[in-house]
Amino acid sequence: MEQVIELVEAVAVLGRFPALAGANLTVERGEIILLRGANGAGKTTLLRLCAGLIGLERGSGTVLGCDLATNRAAVRAKVGLLGHTNGLYGDLTVRENIRFWGATVGASGDEVESSMSRLGLDGRLATVKVSRLSAGQKRRTALACLVARRAELWLLDEPHAGLDSAGRDELDATLRAAVAAGATVVVASHELERAGNLATRVIEITGGLAQRPTDRGAGRRAPGRRDEPTRTGEADDAQRSPVEP
Amino acid sequence: MAAKDLRIELRSRVVLNQVVPFAAVVLVLFGFALDADDVLSRVAPGLIWLATMFSLLIVVQRSFAVETADGALDALQVAGVRPAGIFLGKTAALVVQLLVLQVLLVAMAIVLYQPPNGSSGERLHLDLAGLGLLSVTLLAATCGLAFVGTIYGGLAAGATGRETLLPLLLLPVVAPVLIGATRATEAALHVGGTSMREGWAWIALLVTFAALFGIGGSLAFGALMDDQ
Repeated sequence: MEQVIELVEAVAVLGRFPALAGANLTVERGEIILLRGANGAGKTTLLRLCAGLIGLERGSGTVLGCDLATNRAAVRAKVGLLGHTNGLYGDLTVRENIRFWGATVGASGDEVESSMSRLGLDGRLATVKVSRLSAGQKRRTALACLVARRAELWLLDEPHAGLDSAGRDELDATLRAAVAAGATVVVASHELERAGNLATRVIEITGGLAQRPTDRGAGRRAPGRRDEPTRTGEADDAQRSPVEP
Repeated sequence: MAAKDLRIELRSRVVLNQVVPFAAVVLVLFGFALDADDVLSRVAPGLIWLATMFSLLIVVQRSFAVETADGALDALQVAGVRPAGIFLGKTAALVVQLLVLQVLLVAMAIVLYQPPNGSSGERLHLDLAGLGLLSVTLLAATCGLAFVGTIYGGLAAGATGRETLLPLLLLPVVAPVLIGATRATEAALHVGGTSMREGWAWIALLVTFAALFGIGGSLAFGALMDDQ
């Protein structure tokens, strides 16, 4: 299988703090990875590193064939990142926001409308200014922007936050559809039951370390199949990378 | 990028409802502070450009506030939008907004600062030659201000205390524009003893300034964004 993400002893610092302290991670195309871990463990930093937004201090890493150490700017156009913020313009309508972000990859009008329809944003909501939406509706708009951008790698930080039950179902269906179309998804979440059901593999982040999964076979489960999350963060010291602050 | 910024301005009307009244109040306050028949018209060009620079700070802050409010600046980078495109797009939107503001300021200054009949003060007037010089001055100086504003606005966007940092960074750098634009505007409005020939000579400085910061900003904006 094609490797989409490969991090080896990756160190990333925020200011002078090593938010990632020698992380190892391999993700193959078509996987849905759940990153879990305590607050401040390094999940968001890992996502931002994979998006090319922060530099690699030490170690090596490639994302979609682009070297994070030498050419992280090239990664950006191929990934979609949904972080704690939505990246939306409050004074523009839902349709204008999705059209703007879709235009960055040359999305057609039909593709924009299709992405809105998928997230239930067609109809009345399409012409509403984003500043007037609820938190969940804003999140759905941000997801529709990702759909319109046709990213190869989806990096999602707490994507279920703020969504109602129907919205969560729509999100899960959207992610499965994206994977079916050839995308790869990495989700950081504290909602282990919901995200765990979605994930094909679970990675534990502890103290800036992404620990190798103990059960590689779990990574090839069909998306959408309900399985218990693979616990990878316990008693796995032999596979841990040394902490290199 | 520019169309998006201008659409946001049309919706929010921050320039129309806040910046234009602010600049007008500044001009009126200058009028109170320099309440002398023969002084106001003499210093009118400088006051127009001072009001423009104060307004520039607000417009630049607003331009980057819409990008940082919900993490759109990060999203722009992740979307693979070329940094030079972000830089030029945001600059173009700033130029349009500032030009509208300046046309209003020049008109206000001519009305408010005109010395009364019989006064010894110099009269502000705009003939065809002056209109040509004034148009080029407004365009060249505004491009220079917008280029510098976008560079430093981007630099300060992710910084702590950006509201106070921006004026500190910006105002010293735009001093050459203040000097050049004031002299050229004096020539265009036929006050201050600056000839038309001298006025056009100052245009060379304004164009050089704009070109330097335009090229420099296009090349460096990506690195500035990465350092956020």
